[in-house]
Amino acid sequence: MADFEVPELKEELEIPPVHQGVTSHLKPFVADAQFQEPLGYPGELVENWQEVAINKMGELLGKYRSLRVFLDICVKCGACTDKCHYYLGTTDGNNMPVARQDLMRRVYRRYFTLGGKYFPKLVGAVDLTKEVLDQWYSYYHQCSQCRRCSVFCPYGIDTAEISMAAREILDSVGVGQKYCNEIIGKVIKIGNNLGLPQPALADTLEGLEEEVKMDTGVDVRFPLDEKGAEVLLVTPSADFFAEPHVDGLIGYAKVFHQAGISWTLSSYASEAANFGMFIGSYENMRRLALRIREAALDLGVKRIVFGECGHAWRVAYAFLNTLAGPFDFLDPKYPVPQHICEVTYDLIKRGALKLDPSANDHRRVTFHDSCNVARATRMGDFPGGQFVIPREILRSVCNHFYDMPPEAAYDATFCCGGGGGLLTDDLIELRVKGALPRMQALKHVVEEYGVTHLVAICAICKSQFTKVMPYYGFEMDQILSLHQLVGDALVFEAQA
Amino acid sequence: MSALTVVYALLFYFAAAVLVLGVAYRVWLYARTPAPLKIPVTPAPLTPAGVVVRMAKEVVFFASLFRGNKWTWLFGWVFHFALLLVLLRHLRYFQEPVWTWVALIQPFGKYAAYAMVAGLIGLWARRFLVDRVRYISAPSDHLMLALLLAIALSGLAMKYFFHTDIVALKAFILGLLRFDLQPLPADGMLLVHLTLVALLMIIFPFSKLLHAPGLFFAPTRNQVDNPREKRHLAPWAAQLEAGGRQASTSS
Ligand code: SF4
Ligand code: SF4
Repeated sequence: MADFEVPELKEELEIPPVHQGVTSHLKPFVADAQFQEPLGYPGELVENWQEVAINKMGELLGKYRSLRVFLDICVKCGACTDKCHYYLGTTDGNNMPVARQDLMRRVYRRYFTLGGKYFPKLVGAVDLTKEVLDQWYSYYHQCSQCRRCSVFCPYGIDTAEISMAAREILDSVGVGQKYCNEIIGKVIKIGNNLGLPQPALADTLEGLEEEVKMDTGVDVRFPLDEKGAEVLLVTPSADFFAEPHVDGLIGYAKVFHQAGISWTLSSYASEAANFGMFIGSYENMRRLALRIREAALDLGVKRIVFGECGHAWRVAYAFLNTLAGPFDFLDPKYPVPQHICEVTYDLIKRGALKLDPSANDHRRVTFHDSCNVARATRMGDFPGGQFVIPREILRSVCNHFYDMPPEAAYDATFCCGGGGGLLTDDLIELRVKGALPRMQALKHVVEEYGVTHLVAICAICKSQFTKVMPYYGFEMDQILSLHQLVGDALVFEAQA
Repeated sequence: MSALTVVYALLFYFAAAVLVLGVAYRVWLYARTPAPLKIPVTPAPLTPAGVVVRMAKEVVFFASLFRGNKWTWLFGWVFHFALLLVLLRHLRYFQEPVWTWVALIQPFGKYAAYAMVAGLIGLWARRFLVDRVRYISAPSDHLMLALLLAIALSGLAMKYFFHTDIVALKAFILGLLRFDLQPLPADGMLLVHLTLVALLMIIFPFSKLLHAPGLFFAPTRNQVDNPREKRHLAPWAAQLEAGGRQASTSS
């Protein structure tokens, strides 16, 4: 089934010995001019690329404290070396977080520090050659920006910050990544990652209304562009089509319906995902974020709620206020924005939803903490709410919930293997290998507790698991959306 | 005044200047560079007081390193705290009269020197024995450990084998502080020890030793988790915003 070796699931996760360059051949397709230029980047490698790259690096060093500090202070203690799922799955030394950082740090030292200028050999500084640039392209696209390494680093050094800067530099010299940049272009032109125009979206939503009516006999609505709705729901566009995402969308709609909250989607801002983050581009991230602000103003909503998506929630929770705020035109009673899980959890706590968890008795589930939700955001009003709230929801809607081992959950969770703009078929080998630690933890709960399904709250995780689980002997439909379980457990009552 | 005394006095004035100015420059750079986005690694504290607690856990207990790797934590923690004790013990050379607590810790400081050596050896051994750590070590990483170890060993050697006139040494150091040079004892081991210390001071602001001040500037650890409550905007981002608004009104 694969033209590469799929790692074997052992009894437990093993830390492999280092190999040099075994995944140096892995790199995503390079974007051509039509995908580069709309984002403001050159269409191909510019002639004086070395000078441009070093200047860009200098600019970023002045703009991002994270980059400046992190490149200086790593002591090479090695605590992060066995923490990256891509290292554990590929065994390539350059996939150890500190080694990944070093690809840039060596160049930084050469051009920006005294030690590197005068004693390059001693401090391991190198010139930015084409070979180094190619290495950057390869290994900075073997990082899903999941921040797991940062949790264990004595100084909180976050390799994601370095990969984002590296991708920004690569874009600025004309070697961007096709997958991300094509998608960003589609959002700018049409409004969502899938390039789905308004009429097609309206059609799809109508189809969903019919489907739910057939299943439940209830008229659950999926409104689009309805002015004056209370809530603007911004959700990853995969929720409109892909399995199991769409079942999650149905779940959100059922919750809104049952709680009597009027809501709407927007065709202009029909995408929660913001790939501008993956390429480290503040400007592009902001362009996409502003669409959401415009849609909220245009539709006159009072609240903004985000659907299940990991990095989208990071951009929403941690960056939206910065990028597109202030949101003083919305109802101050609610945080801006809210996560759909926060909405559902509040309703459950208030007794506003009648739930029958036995509807999910045929499922024994575990929960996948998506990296961006776990390590870059919060839900609710207390630290760690991002772990508690989804689990509390799960326990209310399902009688059989089992956690994965703590070293692979909560803030130590492993990435699905497809985050950070790597969810593309040209990187399938990396995606399969990078999923190893997560699959290992899944195997554990399957054997220990008879778990049948993995529940996630991220569009990328859901797509990735659908694709890679079969490589490890699981079925592709063993991955579910959290709100599918909510929707299935919901007992419809006539509204007062 | 002997040439030796003058040379070492100049060396230490120079080293101290490089250390202080170099670190100050770096800290100024870190402080001046904005962190445009809220990026604390979560779960993160919701208040500034919480951030102080989080940082204190890192600085005092190396909490994250403890989660990350127990051996590195053990050797690293032992080394750093032994170093702290040893440094405090050395305070007696810089003051007259000696503070009571500095006098009281003298005996502990002696054992700390052994702990420091043990910690350094442990850390260095990992650079050879653990293949992942070997892979990421540059020559400078080995040399840094060699330098620290040489400083510790030369200090211990003076204590037990090559005694020096510490009364004269103290007079020399106090003289440096008061800009009133006093003769430095011309003992080989002492000169080795002092030279290496001066070297370390000079290297400090140009090396990974910057982790000491830098740690406090890591946005992943020092930010309050409140992006929804409080709008965070870097000066350059505010400029971008203002520019964007103008452009959109003029178009
Ligand atoms: S844990 Fe942090 S300091 Fe240690 S090697 Fe990794 S990045 Fe460097
Ligand atoms: S951010 Fe995640 S993917 Fe990137 S180096 Fe760290 S652990 Fe690996």
